[in-house]
Formats: sequence, structure tokens, C-alpha cells
Amino acid sequence: MLRVEHLTVKFPSRFGDVTAVEDMSLSIAPGEIHGLVGESGAGKSTVGAAIIGLLQQPGYIANGDLMLGDTDLRALDRFEAHALRGKRISMIFQDPQTSLNPLMKIEDQLVETILAHEDIPSNDAKKRAIDLLEEMGIEDAASRMQAYPHQFSGGMRQRVVIALALCTNPELIIADEPTTALDVAVQSQVLDLIRRLADIRKVGFILITHDIGVIAQIADTVTVMRYGKLIESGATAQVLGHPKHAYTKQLMDAVPPLDRKITRFRVPEEDDGLAASGPGKGDAAEAWLLEGVRQQAVGLSLQNITVEFPGTRTSIWHKPKPFVALDDISFDVQPGSVMGIVGESGSGKSTLAKTLTGLITPSSGGMTLGGSPLPGGKTRSRHHPSRQLIQMVFQDPFSSLNSRHRIGTILAEPLWLYGLVNDSDERRDLCIDMLSLVGMDPDAIDKYPHQFSGGQRQRIAVARALLARPTILICDEPTSALDVSIQAQLLNLLKDLQAAFGLTVLFISHNLSVVRQMADDIVVLRNGRIQEKGASEQVFETPEADYTKKLLSLTPVMPHDWSL
Amino acid sequence: MAYFIAKRLVQSVFVMLAVAFLAFSLFRFVGDPITQMTGVETSVADQERLREELGLNDSFALQFARFTGDMLKGDFGFSYRTRQPVAEMIATRIPATLELGVVALLISLFVGIPAGVYTALRPRGFATQAILMATLVGVSIPTFVIGIMLIFFFGVQLGWLPTFGRGGTVKLGGWETSFLTVDGWRALILPAFTLGVYQLTLTMRLVRAEMMEVMRSDYIRFATARGVPMRRLYFRHALANTMVPVITIIGLQFGGVIAFSIVTESVFQWPGMGLLFLESIRFVDIPVMGVYLVVIAFFFVVVNLIVDLLYVAIDPRLRIRDVS
Amino acid sequence: MLAFIKRHEGLWLFTRSPFVMLAAIVAVAIILGAVFAPWIALVNPYDLASFSLMDGLLPPVWEEFGNEKFLLGTDDQGRDMISSILYGARLSLIIGISAMTIATFLGVGLGLVAGYFGGRFDAVIMRIADIQLALPAILTALLIDGIARGILPPDMQQNLRVTVLIVAIALSLWVNFARTARASTFVQMNKEYVQAAVMQGQHPLRVMFVHILPNILGPLLVIMTVDLASAILLEATLSFLGIGLPADSPSLGTLIRIGMQFLLSGEWWILWIPTLFLVALVVSINVLGDFLRDVFNPRLR
Repeated sequence: MLRVEHLTVKFPSRFGDVTAVEDMSLSIAPGEIHGLVGESGAGKSTVGAAIIGLLQQPGYIANGDLMLGDTDLRALDRFEAHALRGKRISMIFQDPQTSLNPLMKIEDQLVETILAHEDIPSNDAKKRAIDLLEEMGIEDAASRMQAYPHQFSGGMRQRVVIALALCTNPELIIADEPTTALDVAVQSQVLDLIRRLADIRKVGFILITHDIGVIAQIADTVTVMRYGKLIESGATAQVLGHPKHAYTKQLMDAVPPLDRKITRFRVPEEDDGLAASGPGKGDAAEAWLLEGVRQQAVGLSLQNITVEFPGTRTSIWHKPKPFVALDDISFDVQPGSVMGIVGESGSGKSTLAKTLTGLITPSSGGMTLGGSPLPGGKTRSRHHPSRQLIQMVFQDPFSSLNSRHRIGTILAEPLWLYGLVNDSDERRDLCIDMLSLVGMDPDAIDKYPHQFSGGQRQRIAVARALLARPTILICDEPTSALDVSIQAQLLNLLKDLQAAFGLTVLFISHNLSVVRQMADDIVVLRNGRIQEKGASEQVFETPEADYTKKLLSLTPVMPHDWSL
Repeated sequence: MAYFIAKRLVQSVFVMLAVAFLAFSLFRFVGDPITQMTGVETSVADQERLREELGLNDSFALQFARFTGDMLKGDFGFSYRTRQPVAEMIATRIPATLELGVVALLISLFVGIPAGVYTALRPRGFATQAILMATLVGVSIPTFVIGIMLIFFFGVQLGWLPTFGRGGTVKLGGWETSFLTVDGWRALILPAFTLGVYQLTLTMRLVRAEMMEVMRSDYIRFATARGVPMRRLYFRHALANTMVPVITIIGLQFGGVIAFSIVTESVFQWPGMGLLFLESIRFVDIPVMGVYLVVIAFFFVVVNLIVDLLYVAIDPRLRIRDVS
Repeated sequence: MLAFIKRHEGLWLFTRSPFVMLAAIVAVAIILGAVFAPWIALVNPYDLASFSLMDGLLPPVWEEFGNEKFLLGTDDQGRDMISSILYGARLSLIIGISAMTIATFLGVGLGLVAGYFGGRFDAVIMRIADIQLALPAILTALLIDGIARGILPPDMQQNLRVTVLIVAIALSLWVNFARTARASTFVQMNKEYVQAAVMQGQHPLRVMFVHILPNILGPLLVIMTVDLASAILLEATLSFLGIGLPADSPSLGTLIRIGMQFLLSGEWWILWIPTLFLVALVVSINVLGDFLRDVFNPRLR
């Protein structure tokens, strides 16, 4: 049905044309779900945009054939191309929160789309809209349709989005990361829906995603891309189960398995400057750190911590109900162990990190650090020893380093702030050595953050945390913004550092597979409450709470027999 | 929603009180009101009696309360210069300024919004570049120079339009309007245009910026991907969303219109409040200055409350609470 | 060289925009002329002895009766137009830059504090800003000027005119800076590098000025340029209204006000040449401001 051959997309820039996609071919039959995987910058979204004719300015198709049935997509003029969009090809975007016009009722958006492509009475259009919404699993569609987008939850909104993409019966739908912004349970429902639509309505899907688990679960065929080029293509089970190309193998190695704990990820040595951490380099930093943590590793414990935020006021007369972000949280982190905190968005896991670091004041409960009380939030003075002992690695590598400071300045900050090293030359030497320890080139010291990739920045962030000589390291979703291969490297690094320095680590993530690889014990959070806590392997093997069971069963994984 | 409006009301009252306080402080502390009101020949005893009579020896808070109370009753005191009641002086000037301001604002909206939409939709076109350059020059020419240029060309060189005063006006009750005579309209054109140009450029640039932002949003990209007709996409989807932020700024712009009307009125000898204010500054006529401030702040507050209501009307997110 | 330019987006765009380059040249030329006015001007317009009524009302050199000594003609007092304009631009720029600087410090300081601490600090500062917004720039400036007239004794008024003008203009412009700084600070506060600094126990002043400030300089720089243009316009407007600077120390605005008297007579140059200079100066600054905005906010391109 869709045939893409030798597609090349270029973006003119001041450095000359940049080739985003090169010599890409794929074909899709009706009812087929074709997965397009690759890490960031692989050009997978660009392929989708080129097919539907919505390339970002000033990008253009330099070469190749795009055939939808008998229609040559490249031969269409602007108006024909626009008429074809929606009618024969449609698209689903990543974030349902922003994909719908907030000022228009759902009904209006559906009806206008149907009427744009078909000359039918508006009552018929409305009727079709209702049927379609019900088919998508929205109950009482006739009245729900009168609502505005903000009145729907995220998962419901994505259903509305799919209904919109589907309301004109297109042959092909391009779904660009359709479930990335959704929680596991909703993701699984949406994926089921897509599978069903492909089977029953014979709609062809191009499923663009970075999540190999998702592809494994529903795609019939898959294309692996890297740097704009096709790496490997074929039936899903064959490509992912028995990869031929070295890159695909690498990619599969880097995917953390949910069903078992592996000691280390297999990572090709040459990647990402890892070679720099050869013998001899980073020794001084290592010695310096060991000198600092020679004292006992320190544990952490929380007793009945509750955090409330004032609710948004909507009435003159009633005081708003406070929003309870954390509700009666108690757990102990054993000295020198890794505690995994798992939860979906809104579970309060980031609030927990901020409470521990003193950014948020708990409304009740207590914390202790190595046996001595740890004051919370505003009551923790700037000079409290925990400021140094607890350090954090943040989620977003693009905002966690001050983009106006050189790496050297960023790294040296904790050293002088806590009076650890007073001589500036010594500080510089130590920072350089620490960079080597985390696998970075020493010349990074005089560069600015924007000169590094996300993975490299996360390494720098780890170095900054270590330079405070902490005993507790809090990692809040440290790899969720990274590609899998980079994630694997960073997880390896964190494991090594934790083992070498006996750090007590709090590892926070929404990704169960990642947590399983890292944690000794875990706590499962949901809506601010603890659902389950215990030794990690035990919880993963024999979960007790219903919520944990559900999470584990709905997370997309690769079939067991594929694993290498 | 009720809470949103109530909050805005409270804020407005606060702004009014603060401005009233400013006006009161002006009156009380800039020069001595008694020396201003009486002549040189008034005896010290008489002055003291007057001071007592006017309550100027009372506590500060009491005086301010009395001042605010009088204001609410419409008693604005007397001008130092003309000895007339200030309320009357201002009231006769309000129609001229308001009519000028409204026409200027309409010009700015009716030209600025379409121009903003056009330049946002065709960001690389030649016309867009020309319009952008023109608006850049527009914001850079001081209002008074625009006035002078218009007077020079249309008044002096071509002799088409009158260059000062309001021309023919008609009294409707207490309201003196220029809208009902050809002469009045002719006199209004140049000042309104002068005042409108600057606001126009601001409106246009704002609409352009917001529109470009909206055109980049996911929901517009999604609507494009669904093949929603272009016209509908631009006007029903994009423009409506553009108006949400634009409306708030237009409310703020009203303040600019009033302020620049001072300049315009001065250039065209337009008998409005601005001209009165300028005169009162020259003669340090504090009561008039104070009342002018309060009146301007009042207009500003009212316009912004209307804007808030519009905002609620356009944006369902403010009207209807989340269900989820 | 080319590679260097290509690497810096701002520079690269600059070399590709003829209008912007022209504006930069004009602005720099006028600013240099103003700075070196005492050395390059033919006469000192403040010094009655340096010019003569005999040279009065001479047209520019290309008109009939033009005099080569006075390239752009003279006014009714016999002052060389070029000299008056250079001195006028000097005064306008001094007032504009001083007012803009004061407004920047005041506004950015308050905006940073409001954005950093939030809560009550923020509420108080923003309510003050609300009131300031209800009284637009010209009004504020006029008002402060009026108050100064009421409070200061007449002999001091003359000496303090420039100071009063600077204060009046600065106080009417600070809100822009405060609002921009506050909004940008709010954005930065949610960034993890700020959270990291706060968490580490760094001093609030250090977080504000060493961490946040450098990251919000972009939008502030745009406002500084735009507000410099506003300040110059505001000064010209006040002087034009006869409330700014008196005729014996003319700024560009005062020159235009004086020129107005010749609007209907034939001596067009006395009005239009200073006007052209003022507009050229402000347009250039605004073109540069617009360019900076494009560089810092590529989404508008």
C-alpha cells in the first residue's frame, strides 16, 4: 500500500545541507503495523513527516519515491497534498495533552475533520463521530463529545486523538511516539487499540518509537534506523530476536530486561569516550573519594513523611483542599545499598527526592541520616552537614548544568563551597581526574555544557555530585532522557561507582526494568502512598500488591525466547 | 470562575486605593494646600481656621478616609488655578479623550490584527519584511513627530483636513460628541491616526508573535495532518488561540492610548483630559493632577476587568473545571 | 574568520542582514558623534559667544544661499545645526542611557528577588508593578516632573532638570525589566541546575546573581535596547511638551520643539533635520533590539 524507496531528506543550514534521512526504503501492507525504531537523531520522525508532507521548514525531499497505492506523493501540489492528509494518511502525535485545540469542543473537532473530506450532512458526521468514540472505548460518547479537551484525562485524550486520526477512514496512520507520554496501564490499552484497528479496519500503521518493548509487543515488521540510515529491516521477531547487524545487536544488549537482573550491560568499548577511563586515569580522584568515605557508609530512614501542597483555589468561600503528594511514607535505606523507588507520573517519587534534599518541607514526619535527625525543607540550614552528604543526579541533562558556566566551574563549586579543597590548582587537577573517573576526556574541563551530548552531561552531573564527597546519592530518573545504549553505559558507571565507594543510593525511576537492574530493595509508590516495599528480587519475582502485579504484567517486554 | 473574577475585583480595588493614596499624598505633601488656596493677604489665624475647617489637622488615616469618601461621592475638590470644581473640569474633557482613544484603538485593532496574522502566516514573504520594517520605523518615530508630519502634509501642504480642535461637536445630554458631524469626523482623523499608529505596531507585532507560537503548537500540526481546510485552520483554530494572550495585552495597551493621548492632544490642541493634565502640571495644579490620575487608573481597571470577562468567555479552561 | 562567524549564530545572522549592519553603523556613528561633540562640533550651542546672530537662518549647503561653513544650515540664533544636533544627541543619550541603567538595576533586582523568593515578596512587588502599569510611562514621567516642580525651589529646579528627567524616565521603565526578570527567573527556578545549587546550600544571592542572572541576560539585553529607545523617545516627548529640558540646553526633543515654530515658514531644516536625526537614532537602536530578539528567540524568525 505504502512504498517508500530511496528516500533522502535534507535540511539546508549555514554549514551546507544536512542529510537527515538517507536512502531509506520501506513498505507497508494494509493492516500492518510497521515499527520504526532508532535512538534520538536517527531520523525516524523525519521519515514520518516526509510521508505525510509536513517536513519542518526548510527541510526538503532530495530524492526517492513515495507511493501511496497508485498515488505518487511527491507529484502532488500543495493543495492536493493537503486534501490527501486526513483523507488517506493521518497522524498521531506524542503528547495528547497538547494535540487537541483547547478552545474547541471534541465534537466540533471531529465533525470538522469529517466534513473536510466528505460531503455528507453534518448529522451523519456527528453520528459517525459518536460511533467512533464509542469504538475507542469512550462511554456515553454523545454527551462526552460536548466537553472540551481539558475535561478528559490523558489516556482518554489519546483515544480522542486516535478517533480524530481515524474519523475519515485513512489507509495509513503515522503514530509518532503515541504512548511515550502515557503511563504503563494506559499505554497498554492504547497499544491494544492500535493493534485492534490494524486487524479489524485494516489500517496500516507506522509506529515510530524509541521503546523496543513497544515494538516487540505489537509491530508486525520493524525497521531499525541510525544516523538517518536504514540498518536492518524485516519481521519483528526476526530482526529483534536474531539481529544480523552489529548495531541492532548492540541495541538489544542495551535494553534492560524486566525478567531478570544482569550484573553489567554489554557495551562496546569505543563508545562515548569510555576508553578514556583506562588504567591510571581517575586514580587520584578515586583515592580522594575513598579518603572521604573511609568512615562508615550511612543509612537513611523516613518516618511517616507526609507532604501536602496547597490546592488551587477555585471558590471564594471554601478553603482549597490540600493536595497530598506524599502520604505517610516510611522506609529505611540500608547503608551502602541501592534503594529503588518506582512509580508512575504523579506518584510522588520526585517529591520524595526533593523532600530528602531539603527543597520541599514535609508537613509531618521525620527523617534521619545515619541515625541523627535530618531537618526537612526550610528548617534545614544552609550549613547543615547533610547539604554535603546528600547529593543528587537529576533527570534532565540539558537543564541540570548551568549552561553559562564552564565545566571546570561547575565541578569545582562543591569543592570550595564545602571547603574540601582550598587551592584552586588542586581543585582543577582533582576535577580533571574526576572527569576521567566518570569516563570523560580531561579537556572537557574548559568547555561549556552545550558542547556535550545528553549522556556526557549526565556523566558530568555524576562527577559534580561525587566531588561533594557524598555518602548518599539520589538519582532521580537519571536515564529517562537518554537513549538505551547511553542509558546502559550510565547504569554501568553508576553500578561501578556505587560498588567502589560504598555509596548509599536512592534510585528513582518509572522504568521497572531499569530499577530491577540497579536496586537491592525497592519501594513501589502510587499517588503518594507506598504500595509495596521489600527486597528487589523478591518483589519482582513474587509481587504482593495488586498494583505491582498490574505494573509488571502490563509493561511491554520482549518475548522470553528472543533474549540473547 | 467566580473565584477568578472575585480575585481580579479585589486586585482592582487595591490598585484604585493605591492610586487614590498617591493622589492624596500629592495633594497633602506637594506644596501646602492652604497657601495654595488662600492669597498672600490671608492672616495666619485665618489660615489656621481654614486648616481646622478642612480637617487638615486630623490624623493622616482619617484624612485619607475622608478623601476617599469624598471621591466616591464624586466630590473631587477645587482647582488651585481656576477655582472651579475639578469634577466638572474633568467631566467636560472626558468625551474628547475617550472618543479619540476609542477610535485610535479601533484603528490599531482593525489594521494590526490582520497585519499580524498575515505576517505570521507568510513569515518569509517580501510584503512581510516590508511591513515589519515599516512597523519598526513606526515604533521609532515619536508620536509628536507623526502628528507634526500629518499636520504638515494633510493640513498645511494639501489643506485637506483640520489640524487643531475638535471641529463640529454635538451635545448629547452631558456628552459632547464629534461622531455626529462630518466636521467632527474630519477633525478626528489626524489625531486618531497619530495616536493609533504606535498602538497599531504593538498590536501587529504581538499578534504576529503569538500567532507564530500557536502555528507551531501540536494541535495545529495535528489539525494540519488531519487535512482541516487551511482557512478554518488559520482562523478558527489558530486565530482564536492567538486571541487569548493578545486580549490581555490589549487591555494593557489602553493605558498606552490614554498616556499618548496627552501628546496627541498637545500637538493637535485637542481639548481633552490630557491637555488639561499638561496645563495642570505647568501650573502645579495638584488637585487636577491627582484627580486625573484617579480617573485614568479607574478607566484602566475597568478595561482590564472587561478583558478578564472576555478571557473567561473565550477560554473554556477558565469556565469549566476539569472533570478528570 | 568565516568559520568563526559561522560557529556563532548571532554573528552569522548579523553578517547576513544588511539592514542590521546599516543600523549598527548609524547608531555607532551617532553615538561617537555625541561622545566627541565638544571636539568635533563647530560651535558650542551653550556658549553664546561661539556663534553669531549674523549667521542666523542659513539653509543647508545644497540650497540657495547655503554656506559651506554650516553644512546643514543654522537656526534663528545663528547656531550651526550640526553642532546643535551633536550636543542635543549627547544630552539625549546621557539621559536615555542613565535612565535605562537605573531602570535595569532596579527592575532586574526586584524581578530576581520576586522570582526567587516568590510568595509574599513576589506579591508585594507585583502589586506595585500593577499600579505602575495603571499609570503609563509618559504619565509617570510627567507626574514625577510635576512633583519635582512642586517640591523643589525654583533655582534648584533648573540645575536638577536633567536629574529629575532621568529619575522620572527610569521610574517609568523599571516595570518592564522587573516583569521580564521575574518571568525568566521563574522559568530558571524550575531548572535543575538551580535546584542543584539551592540543594547544595549555596547562598541565595549567589544563586540569583551567579547562576540565574547569566541565564536570563538574553531577554534582558533585548529589553535594555528597546527601553533605551523608549527612554530617548520619552525624553524627546517630555522636552517637546515643554516639560523636559529648557531651550538653553537643548536635547533633540527640545530642538524639534523649537523647530516647530518654523513649520509654516520656509526654514524647514530647523525642524526636519533634528527630527530625522532623532528618528534615525531610535530606528537604529530598535533594529538592533529586534535583531537581538531574533537571535535570542529563534522561534520568531
